[in-house]
Parts: sequence; C-alpha cells; structure tokens
Amino acid sequence: MRIPLGWLAEFVDVTPGSTVADVHAALVKVGLEEEGSHDFDLTGPIVVGEVLDFVEEPQSNGKTIRWCSVRVAPDGETALDGGSDVRGIVCGAHNFAPGDKVVVTLPGAVLPGGFAIAARKTYGHVSDGMIASSRELGLGDEHDGILRLATLGLDPVVGTDALSLLGLDDQAVEVNVTPDRGYAFSIRGIAREYAHATGAAFRDPALGLDVSDASGFDVVIDDDAPIRGRVGATVFVTRLVRDVDPTKPTPPWMATRLSLAGIRSISLIVDITNYVMLELGQPIHAYDFDTLTGGLRVRRARTGEKLVTLDDVTRALDSEDLVIADESGAIGLAGVMGGASTEIGDSSRTVLIEAANFDPVSIARTARRHKLPSEASRRFERGVDPAVAAVAAARVVQLLVDLAGGTADELGSTYSQHARPTPVELPDGYISGLIGADFTADEIRSALAEIGGDIEEIEGGLRVTPPTWRSDITHKSALAEEVARIVGYERIPSVLPVAPPGRGLTREQTLRRQASQTLASSGLVEVMAYPFVSEAATRLFATPKGDAVAAVRVANPLDAEAPYLRTSLLPGLLDIVRRNLSRGLTDLALFETGLVFLPEPGVDYGQAELPVGGARPSDDVLAGLDAGLPAQPRHVAVVFAGQAWEKQPALDARAVGLADALDSVRQLGLALGLEIRPVQGAHPALHPGRTATLVITTAEGETIVGVAGELLPRIAEDAHLPRVVAVAELDLDALISLSPREIAVRPIFGYPAATQDLSLVVPRDVPAREVSDAVARGAGELLEHIRLVDDYRGSGVGDGEKSLTFALRFRAPDRTLTASEASDAKLAGLAVATAEFGASLRE
Amino acid sequence: MSDPIVISDESVAAAVDAALAAIAAADDSTALKAARGAHVGEASVLSRLNATLRDVPKEQKAAAGKLMGQARARVAQALAEREEQIVAREEEARLESEFVDVTALPQRARTGARHPLSLLQERIADIFVGMGWEVAEGPELESEWFNFDALNFAPDHPARAMQDTFFIEPVESHLLLRTHTSPVQIRSLLSRELPVYVIAPGRVYRTDELDATHTPVFMQVEGIAIDKGLTMAHLRGTLEHFARAVFGEGAKIRLRPNYFPFTEPSAEMDVWQPNAKGGARWVEWGGCGMVNPNVLLSAGIDPEEYQGFAFGMGIERTLQFRNDLNDMRDMVEGDIRFSQQFGMVV
Repeated sequence: MRIPLGWLAEFVDVTPGSTVADVHAALVKVGLEEEGSHDFDLTGPIVVGEVLDFVEEPQSNGKTIRWCSVRVAPDGETALDGGSDVRGIVCGAHNFAPGDKVVVTLPGAVLPGGFAIAARKTYGHVSDGMIASSRELGLGDEHDGILRLATLGLDPVVGTDALSLLGLDDQAVEVNVTPDRGYAFSIRGIAREYAHATGAAFRDPALGLDVSDASGFDVVIDDDAPIRGRVGATVFVTRLVRDVDPTKPTPPWMATRLSLAGIRSISLIVDITNYVMLELGQPIHAYDFDTLTGGLRVRRARTGEKLVTLDDVTRALDSEDLVIADESGAIGLAGVMGGASTEIGDSSRTVLIEAANFDPVSIARTARRHKLPSEASRRFERGVDPAVAAVAAARVVQLLVDLAGGTADELGSTYSQHARPTPVELPDGYISGLIGADFTADEIRSALAEIGGDIEEIEGGLRVTPPTWRSDITHKSALAEEVARIVGYERIPSVLPVAPPGRGLTREQTLRRQASQTLASSGLVEVMAYPFVSEAATRLFATPKGDAVAAVRVANPLDAEAPYLRTSLLPGLLDIVRRNLSRGLTDLALFETGLVFLPEPGVDYGQAELPVGGARPSDDVLAGLDAGLPAQPRHVAVVFAGQAWEKQPALDARAVGLADALDSVRQLGLALGLEIRPVQGAHPALHPGRTATLVITTAEGETIVGVAGELLPRIAEDAHLPRVVAVAELDLDALISLSPREIAVRPIFGYPAATQDLSLVVPRDVPAREVSDAVARGAGELLEHIRLVDDYRGSGVGDGEKSLTFALRFRAPDRTLTASEASDAKLAGLAVATAEFGASLRE
Repeated sequence: MSDPIVISDESVAAAVDAALAAIAAADDSTALKAARGAHVGEASVLSRLNATLRDVPKEQKAAAGKLMGQARARVAQALAEREEQIVAREEEARLESEFVDVTALPQRARTGARHPLSLLQERIADIFVGMGWEVAEGPELESEWFNFDALNFAPDHPARAMQDTFFIEPVESHLLLRTHTSPVQIRSLLSRELPVYVIAPGRVYRTDELDATHTPVFMQVEGIAIDKGLTMAHLRGTLEHFARAVFGEGAKIRLRPNYFPFTEPSAEMDVWQPNAKGGARWVEWGGCGMVNPNVLLSAGIDPEEYQGFAFGMGIERTLQFRNDLNDMRDMVEGDIRFSQQFGMVV
C-alpha cells in the first residue's frame, strides 16, 4: 500500500518536518513494514508560464519549431530561478496559442531520469527553459504536445510554483499490509495507525459526511448457495447521480495522488471511484445507469453463464461465482471486476454507484479461479469495514457533483445485514500473563479504546467490542497483541525460560552427524543439490519397483524441465560435478545427505478432504494423513571424478575409480558400526562390470542398502562428464536402523600368532570374497584374520582361472600355536574352498 | 702352529699397542669389526696369550692374570669407545642423507569439508540442546493440513498465498513441499508429552527464483515451547540467549509487530549484530510470537492451561549476514571452493 503524505496529512497530524524515513519509522512500530518510497523525481524551478507570442520557423529537417516568448513571472518581477520575467523558449509542439498558461521548467530544474534543464542553444536560438508535457512531468501518458493548464480547469497566476500547484511535490511511503489488516489498505486505516504510533490526532474521514438515505432502486440479495454458510453480500448500497460529464478532466491533485499511490489516471469517473477506494478502503463500482435493464440482483452464477468483463475477456462463470445481475443476466463479477456491457463511457450521463460488502472467501475463490487479482478483490479478501459502504457511496456522490458537474438523485438503495462485531471477554491479568510485561490497567484500557474498541467493565475483566473494521479480532489473544503493539513491544522484558532436562540429540541424529563428519574427514566435500529433477534423470536413477518407475511430480515447478522430486541423490550430485568441471575444478570428491521421494507406483497419495484446523483430528484421521505421504528416506551419496591426487614430486597421479567409492562406503560403515559388503551387481546407469550391490548381513539375514559403481561411459559422455565417474548411494535411514545398539566384544589374547600364506587356484568368476569366506569357515576358530594379498592371472595358471593368495593369521586363546596346528587349520580352510569352488593349492 | 708365546710385560704391551693402533685406525663399522676379529678374536695374540695363563706357574699366576686382565680391559674399552663414535657418525650421515624438503612432500589425503549450512544448523541445534531442548524432524513432502490448516491458515485466506507454495500433482491430493518447518511443530505437539521445548531445523520450499538473496529451497530452524505460564518475555529471553551464542556477547533482540496466522501476538525480530563487518547493526532475522490458541487446539492442547511461543529463521540468511556473504547462490551451487573455505568449522 502506497500512501501519499499530503493525503495522509488530511486525516492525521503528521509531525511537522517529517521525512519519508520518519513516517516509515513511525509505521513500522505498529507493524507496517517499510517496502519503499515514491516521488515524481522532479526538482524546480518549475513555474506557471503564459505564452505571449511565438514565431513559427520551418527547419531543414522538415519540422517546424516555435520560437516563443513566455512570461514566467508577473511583469517586472524576478522569476523563481532569479532570472527575468519573460523568456525566449524553443518548442516543438503546436497545440497551444498565445495566452495559454503552460508549465515551464526553468534552467536548474531536473526532470525524471536526471534530465537537467539549462539554457541551451538550439535551432539558432538560446532556449531559456522548456515548456513541459504531461508525460515529462510524470503526470500521465499524454504526450500529444505540451500541457495546457486550461485543460485541467486551471488558470493560475503566472510565476506560481507549478510543483505545488499540481501536487508534484508530494511523496509517498509504501508499506506492507499484512493479511489480517484489511482496513489498512486505505489512507483512513494508515492514518489511524500513524496516530497509534505517534499519538497524533486522527480525523476519521468516515465521520462528518452527510449520508442521506436514498431509496427506490430495486436491489435483491438472492444467495442460494452461501459458501460455508456465509451469504455472499451483507451490505449493498447504491446511489444515483445524473447529468455527469465524464469527459471533464481529473483535477491534478487527484491525478498526482493516484499516481503516487500507484494507480494510473484513466478518466474522471473511474479516477473518482479509485480515489474513494484508496481513501476509505471501500471498493466502488460505477455503472452506466442507462445501460441497465431493471434492478440489480446479487446471486450465484448459473451453470453455463458467461460474462464479458471490463478487460473484454469472455469468462465462463462457475456456479460458485457471485455475480451482480440485472434482467439481462450477469453484468459483473461481484467484488472482482465489472462487466463491459454497463461500463461508463464518454457518453454516459447517469451513474449508478455500488458500494457493497462481499464475503472474503467467495471473492478470494472467484479472483483465483479467473486469475483476476484486482485492487477490489485484494481488499474484499482481507475484509472491508462493513460500516463504511454508505459513507464511501456518499463520498463518490459528492465528488461526482463537485468535479463532474453531476446532480445527486434520490434514487438508490441501502441494504445492510452485516453481523455486528462479537464482543470478546478479556479477563484481568490475561494480557500480562501472555505478554510478560507490566502493562497497567490504564494502558490496557486506553490502547483498546484507541484502536476503536468499545469497552465495558464486567466481573473479573473487560468486555471489548471490536470496531467494525477489525473483523480479525475474535479472541483475547488478538486484544493482547493490540495492547502490546500500541504500548510498545520494547516494554517486553527478557527472561530465559528453564526447560525440563532434555535427552540430547537422538541416536539417529548423532549417527547422521557422524556419517557426514566421517565422509568430510576422509576428504569429501559436502554439497546440497535442489531435489528437482527431469523425467530422464528420474528414469535413469529411480529405484525400480517392478516394471514401473514412480516419482512425485510438482504441479507448479520453477523449471518445467525438472518437475519431478528426486528418487536418487545422484542426478543432483552429477549436476554439481558438471558445474565444478565447467569452472575448471576437475578433481572432485563430493557427498550429499538428503531426502529422496519414493512413491509406490499405482498408489494415490494425499487426501481429497482434509480435517478442519483448530481441532485435533482423531488418531485414525492423523494416521490417514501420514499414510497419504510417500516414503521419504534420507539417503547418502558420494561421487568421485578426476584424480585422487595430481602428480607431485616422487608421486604419480592417481585416477579415481570404483575403489574410491567403496572406500567411502567403508568409511560410512565405520562411522555407523557396520560392515557394508560389496557384491557384484547391476544398475541401468552403471558400468555392467563395475557395479557393486551393497549388502549388510545381520542375524535376520541380508539387507541391500545401496549401490556403488562407475557411471556407464555413454551416460557420462552424454552428460559431459569424464569417462570415469565413481558413485555410491546408500539408504542412510536403513543404515542407521541396522547400526548395532550393542557391540559384541571378543576378548583379546596375548599368545603369539602364527602366520601362513595360502595360494589357491579358482575359476575366475568366483568372487574373491566368497573364497576368503570359505577359507575362513574351514579354518575355524584359530583363524584370527584373513587378507587377500594377490590376484594373479597369467602363465602358470590355467585360462579361466586365477590364483588368489591370502595371508592368514592364527592364534589360540590358551597356548602358543605350533606350526603344524596352523598348517592343519589352513588346510581345513583349503578343503572348504575346494569343496565349494573347486579350489586347488597352487604349488 | 705359530711361534710359542709367553706372557711378559713386553709381549702383552706389544699386543695391546697393536690392538689399540688397529682400533684407532678403524674408520667405519666394517673396519672396526675386522680390528675386533684380529685383536680380540680367538686367533688374536691377546687371546692366545690369555690361553697360556693356565700354563703359568702357580706363584706367577696372580701377576700374569692381572696383567692380562688389564690389557684386555684396555682393548675392550677402546673398542667400545670407537664403536660408539663410529655408530654415531654413521647414524648422523644416514640422517643427513635422508633429508627431505618438508614443503615438497606429496599430499595423498584429500581435504574434505562440511557444508557451512549443515555446520551452522548443527551449531544451532547444540545451543538449544544445551538449554534442554530437543531436535525434532518431519517429512519435507507434507500434507496441507500440517502445513496450513493446523497452523490456523484458514482455507482461502490470503495468508496461504503469501507462502508461494510448491504443490504436488494432483493438486486435489492436498500435498505440498512444506513452506516452513512449522508442520514439525504440530507433529511434535501431537506426539510428545507436555511440556514441549523443541527446535525443528530442516529444508523448506518456496517458489522464489534463485538470486543473490532468495533460493527456492532453503533451510530453516524453528522453535516451539509450550508449557504453563510461558510469556513473550520468555520468547525474548530465549532469542537473546540464542543470538548471543551465534553473534557474540553484545547481541540483542528487537521485536516489531507483524502478522503470522500461527502466532498472536506476532513479531518480526531484528538482531543487533555487534561484530558485523562495517560496524554493529540491526538485521532482520526472522519471525516469532505467542502460539495462536487455534494451533494448540489443532494439537488437542487446552489453550487455557498451556501457552507458549514459537520462532523461526532462515539458516541461509543467518549465514549470509553472520559471515558477510553477498551472494546466496554460492551456498546452493555446490562449487567446492565455497565449502572448502569453511572446512569443518563455521
């Protein structure tokens, strides 16, 4: 909401000498946050001049200029810039005659955009200033020649300061009006708030206006389908004005105020309705009375009904839309936009004014349905003072009479069925008990009176009837807020509450931190990608559920190319890899932890009907809400590209690969107390020979917790990534749930160990880990540790075979092992490997 | 067999002199080992002289034994001394040869980093855990009921439009990406025993285009405390304690009236940042207020018995003005140079 300061000062005593910043500082104290400020960006001297005479001089470029003699100060007096009273000025326009009063920008003046006026030589003359157009002054779009003051109905004294004459010296503050304060969408409301902030005297423009009743015009409120039981219109006032001249100019004071308030001047009658809306907060609609067929009816639209609105768009109406109709059908969308058929035009002579109060929900839905947010709907949605409609209609009548030459008619109507504000009981002590400040009884009473509340003493407290413009006050907590903000939030002391003893971070929270901390400590950089992904990425990296790949789709994505919510962290990580690569950062080790969204295919999530707020739903309903959400587990993913390290003195560069991803998996396992085992696997986006399914074995069995691999080279290439990109992604929630709650600790024995190597030959396709497990099972309890030392293929080993060498460490708990005991255990291990995989000892 | 030898002053002295000369001449451990073999080994003169002791007549035995003992001791001592010198010298030479330029050794371990937003979020959680609060979490894809209805956003109220919400298809499902972490407050009130003192950090979503001061996906931390007798003074006290922990001892809080559907009274909070680059200043930090009775009713709590406060702020914004960062895009793009400046510390 923009508030021209001159307008504000009509209704409240603005502290003399106040700057825009001072007014902002006052308004922010009562909750109107600063949004900006506006002015015409003009600096004088800019004065009223009179064209005395001119000579037309054709130019070589085909134009004809006028070399004018312009009086800019009364005869013999000094002009506002200290210069002489008559000036020679070159002018390109031709829409004026000698004797016309015009606006002259004298040397030293600055026009919008920093355009400085100086005496300058042009077309063979020194032009000592400029005759201004409306547009050059920021007064409007009119650029057909210069501004003749007579067209505004003005005949001021030559030399008068044109800035103050036209209101161009005013400025406006802009504040953010919160949705609970509909009444502050008006100069009236802001003036009241300014009075609250500063203690200045407030003059309510809604008082002191003659609101004489008019009658005889037929209006019917006929709402057969109120939304949530609220009738669409509760107030409907009409007034008739005859013999208006819609072609009369809008007076400059009105035009400049509208302009500062951010509303374009259109025509006198439209300007008047906008002016009154800004002043009082009451949206006004004006009909060309002669185009109406019979009286008005406020009703819901009929199925299939159509309406051409003022913007010349034909709108198919919804049966929930509230319309104004006459005998011809709908002629306006109530509170949102009028219809074209009854629009005021230059030939209109009789104007019917409508000032109504419509149900906020009905208006909000219609404005949203037809994508028509208007100044009117914005106010109705937030609530308009139901008591101001008659005043606003009278104010429009007054302005039509004063400015458009109209005559007030006795025909009109007054319908008012708005519920009176409900009193709110305020127990003694409630406010200090909620705010924690020592507000006195006097402060409380006077603050409540100041906001317009009607106060009544009752047993144990007060009964406060809120003013008509405060439909938001329905609970004593709202009264507490009013008192606190009027007296001042700075009165609230600072007291640290003592919470009961807490249990600290949960085990999940601690482990999650530990996982991230461990990955970072092992050299990975944490990143956070947006979760929005493309359909292609979704297909490639989804966790397939049977044949279908399901993903959640955003209805209003910012990027139409990426409307899905990620089912994997990898697409986002790869985007970040690419961004770093494009910035010349080629060696990357990144990780992310975050939620992924995993709907089951074919399941309808969500709820068509929600429980109402303000009451606890039943446990079943709450469980239903939760069941309506797709799974959102937290994943962790790593990605490696480029070199693990670059070439350095005495060290060759090392390229990254799957082993790096598996190292990170091991680190993660370490952080969470888990052994995460890779087994040969497959994934549509990963290298078929370099993919590991990640498995955890517990007493309950095996759980797949993720995948690691190198990106398929084709995919890497398509994504402009290096050929080798190693990744791993795991379900962090699952890992944490599998993390042991108790560690089984084995005793440590001090007897000497016996070490032996075992080389055996197995078929190539047997995973080393399985051979190692077999040996370990066979070697029994004496085996303390087994490690794969070598994987040899080549001469001495048959085709299709490989030789694996393991280092074994044996130890007994109660004695020093003999070499033959260790050898026996080793051979027992070999025997199992032989039985399971046909392993033979390599000589 | 060599010439028969006998112990005499002369013969012993000659053997000792020869041994000492050889030891002194030995220049390294190999030469010393040779000298040891030659002069104290089985075949050495001294050993052989020593072996003749058993043939010495009884009355001369004591004198001869003493002579031999002294001679052998002198040689042994000389050997030990020389060995020590040689070992020391050789060790020194070896160390010298092993010199490296410590500024040129290869770096094999990568340097990783946490994201500063994660670190700041954890720091904030720790501050509140230190006060006895707990950390609560919830889904990011939420039901509209938890995000709006339960929080006193009436259906069709313009306050819902203020939140620039991402909705999920189909829109009739009433699912959305949470616009604040407040749904977690409701979930906490529904699931926990009273009193409740929790903070809810996490990701939230608004349909803002990414620019220097906005991002459509950002992190928020919200707190809620519901107990008997909590007032707005406790809200200010909590925020001030929090502000001092994050911005330093001189930090303080200023409240300005504002409107949020879920609180009444509501306030915008500014923080006095005492150590701001360019001088101490007030900065807009977030929103707060006393929990609206309708919110308590949504969670089945009697507002006549319990009341409390709630607050929330953006972690990106907090990091931005706390660390004087001028472009929020740096926090979301994942350029490793950004996080690496922080390393493991924020």
